Amino acid sequence: MSARAWRLGLRTVALGYLALLLLAPVAMIFYRTFEGGLAPVWSAVSAPNAVHAFWLSIELVAIAVPLNTLFGIGIALLLERGNFRGRALLGLVIDLPFAISPVVVGLALILVYGQAGWFGDWLARGGIQVIFSVPGMVLATAFVSLPFVARETIPVLRELGTDAEQAAATLGASVWQTFWRVTLPAIRWGVVYGVVLTTARALGEFGAVSVVSGRIEGQTQQLPLYVQDRFENFDATGAYTAAVVLALLALATLVAMNLLTRRTRSRTPV
Amino acid sequence: MGIYLSVLVLLPIAALLAQSTKGGTAAFWREVSNPEAVAAIKLTLAVAAIVVMINAAFGTLIAWVLVREELPGKRVVNALIDLPFALPTVVAGVVLLALYGKGGPVGIDITFTRASIGMALLFVTLPFVVRSVQPVLLELDLSMEEAAASLGASRLTVFRRIVLPALAPAIISGVALSFARAVGEFGSVVLISGNLPFKTEVGAVYIFSQISNEDLPAAAAVSVLLLLCALVVLGALTGLSHRRSRHVR
Repeated sequence: MSARAWRLGLRTVALGYLALLLLAPVAMIFYRTFEGGLAPVWSAVSAPNAVHAFWLSIELVAIAVPLNTLFGIGIALLLERGNFRGRALLGLVIDLPFAISPVVVGLALILVYGQAGWFGDWLARGGIQVIFSVPGMVLATAFVSLPFVARETIPVLRELGTDAEQAAATLGASVWQTFWRVTLPAIRWGVVYGVVLTTARALGEFGAVSVVSGRIEGQTQQLPLYVQDRFENFDATGAYTAAVVLALLALATLVAMNLLTRRTRSRTPV
Repeated sequence: MGIYLSVLVLLPIAALLAQSTKGGTAAFWREVSNPEAVAAIKLTLAVAAIVVMINAAFGTLIAWVLVREELPGKRVVNALIDLPFALPTVVAGVVLLALYGKGGPVGIDITFTRASIGMALLFVTLPFVVRSVQPVLLELDLSMEEAAASLGASRLTVFRRIVLPALAPAIISGVALSFARAVGEFGSVVLISGNLPFKTEVGAVYIFSQISNEDLPAAAAVSVLLLLCALVVLGALTGLSHRRSRHVR
């Protein structure tokens, strides 16, 4: 076979696979959503439960992402700059949320914060409901999106080295001054990249939130749960419209990732 | 930070382990040898194994085309590889159903079949192998391949004897990550598979239904077993990948 035929064949198979598995299905959902015109889409978007689900998603992101960002930067500094026993173990623990099924995350949270869980009685006496309510959804969302900021910041910190930080310290800068003026400006794009990934994961979380939320309409349904709810109630337009909203947010994430990757050199994101 | 990590991750994981070992090995064994659980675990591991093999082949091919071929719009294609990571899993399921489900334009219906589970898993795990092979391929020295070709080696021989050994560690580590992800996957599968016990019910869905039935011991035991499977495969393949990469260099 000629070289040309070979290359053409390889390309066709690779791109064909991507088209059938990724592109065509995603394009189809946009087509399906808008095939009846804009009126049904508008009414699906403005349905009270849809609006509520949207704002609940925003609320979960607004709580989980800042917490995980602070935590991620702290852990990254601890793992890269700290010197203590059990560092490797801590690194493994941070990655745990990647290896655990979201459903299992939900179950683990129930076993601690649920009615029959470790803290069940104590929480009930305080009148706090975690499971089947928003606090549980916050915990689930924060759990699954925990590792991203740390994972993206660690390599940047490693590459940065400690020269500039040591120079600042020698010149009399306090630990805080060094962090704010030397370290943070140098790692900021890595952190931002991690924040983008954290946000995407937090917006899209389904399994863990599904277990702990109780899926109460208009109360504990964020957008992905709302998609499932509409789908199971044979409301195709409602399901497709909400799915398209999430797909658009995912595409925005991809654009952000690519802009950031160009800023932080040619790094392939994982 | 310690409190945050404990409240969020450590205590829940400890509670899960405590729950699954509460009744001792006998109780654990009883839960995981429930016929429905066994069927779900077997199905999960089998589909995940098939899916990672397809990923190994197509992921390597896609990485190859993205690195070595000139394509119009290559940057866009490259960016789209990450779509499954950015797209919520439940949307992945709905998207596949819109095209390949009942009443779809292509006239096939994959809903409630085992093939649909495979397809959902292929969708969500697509980026792993591509993204781990790509950087290695970029760094690969072309002169070895050129030397082999000039000595008369065929295209396939060059790939098999020179390129593949260099890529193997990256492929293996991509496969390991895909497998861990596939074993626990829930969102993309739950709408598409129909969740028929003994037929299309995967492990994560089985756990979910046990939680809904308030049978937490059963849910915890199967959770721990599936988690162990994922971690053992992840550990073994990562070890293999490290060994091979040392060997090559």
